[in-house]
Amino acid sequence: MTETALDAALFVRWMQAAAALVDREAERLTELDSPIGDADHGSNLQRGFTAVAKALEAEPPVTPGAVLTTAGRQLISTVGGASGPLYGTLLRRTGKTLGDAPGVTAEELRAALRGGVDAVAQLGGSAVGDKTMLDALDPAVEALGTSFAAAAEAAEKGAVDTTPLQARKGRASYLGERSKGHQDPGATSSALLFAALAEVTA
Amino acid sequence: MSAESLVGIVLVSHSGPVAESVAELAVGLAGGGAKAPVAAAGGTPDGGLGTSAELITEAARTVDRGAGVAVLVDLGSAVLTVKALLAEGDELPEGSRLVDAPFVEGAVAAVVTASAGADLDAVAAAAGEAYSYRKE
Repeated sequence: MTETALDAALFVRWMQAAAALVDREAERLTELDSPIGDADHGSNLQRGFTAVAKALEAEPPVTPGAVLTTAGRQLISTVGGASGPLYGTLLRRTGKTLGDAPGVTAEELRAALRGGVDAVAQLGGSAVGDKTMLDALDPAVEALGTSFAAAAEAAEKGAVDTTPLQARKGRASYLGERSKGHQDPGATSSALLFAALAEVTA
Repeated sequence: MSAESLVGIVLVSHSGPVAESVAELAVGLAGGGAKAPVAAAGGTPDGGLGTSAELITEAARTVDRGAGVAVLVDLGSAVLTVKALLAEGDELPEGSRLVDAPFVEGAVAAVVTASAGADLDAVAAAAGEAYSYRKE
């Protein structure tokens, strides 16, 4: 893993790439959310990340930490579904941990994201295996110690592997056994976040 | 915090009409003594189903009299949004608290106790006690 400092501009590109991927995949996310959710995950995240991209463009923050806290704040206020506070908490907690440093190493980002993922688990009261965002986020952060590409792959695999799981959190959990056989929309969008990170660091 | 100021109540639902109706119900059942400020924050700003951080912070500011604000929520993103806003530290008025209570019964208990001049701890306790009322 390279020790080159990742700067604010790269973090802005990361969020923009995430916004573009969410935009491209919005329909698929909403489709995944139809059988086990309320069919709004794609449009909710699209609205949220569009607001993120706009806020970062209007006033580009000067530190990586500020990019993520700004993005997180936008998601909490604009998404309108549970993914807003969850993604918002992920990015804000990570951003706060990165602090005021003008540049951060990949290892610093990995450690900060670990704290962010733990905050998501705490907020949602969920664990790996519950068929949630965590099933993609957790393995991704683990693999971040190897490379950004490995993290993206681990997140994608984690998302795909939610298919046979029974949901234990959120609306899908009301379906019990019937939630099996569907890939989790939140884990799927979480994988997009890491795909975007791999894209801008490649 | 003055001794006379009342605890404010915010009712957060996925649906605008549900939040409004529960507020109306709670105020109505509290009778003539319903003096506590109550605000509904339901649905999204465009009238759809969901949770709006903007509507919640606005409602909390409206009912804040300096004695604290009890926030009651229905489910899912309503719970998570309020928790995330509280974790921010500066989004909701000082003394705002997520109250763990059933939405309808808790709202009635909260409005009644807050209107009687109870402090935030007592309002939260009364709302939470609504969980212990079994229906069969």
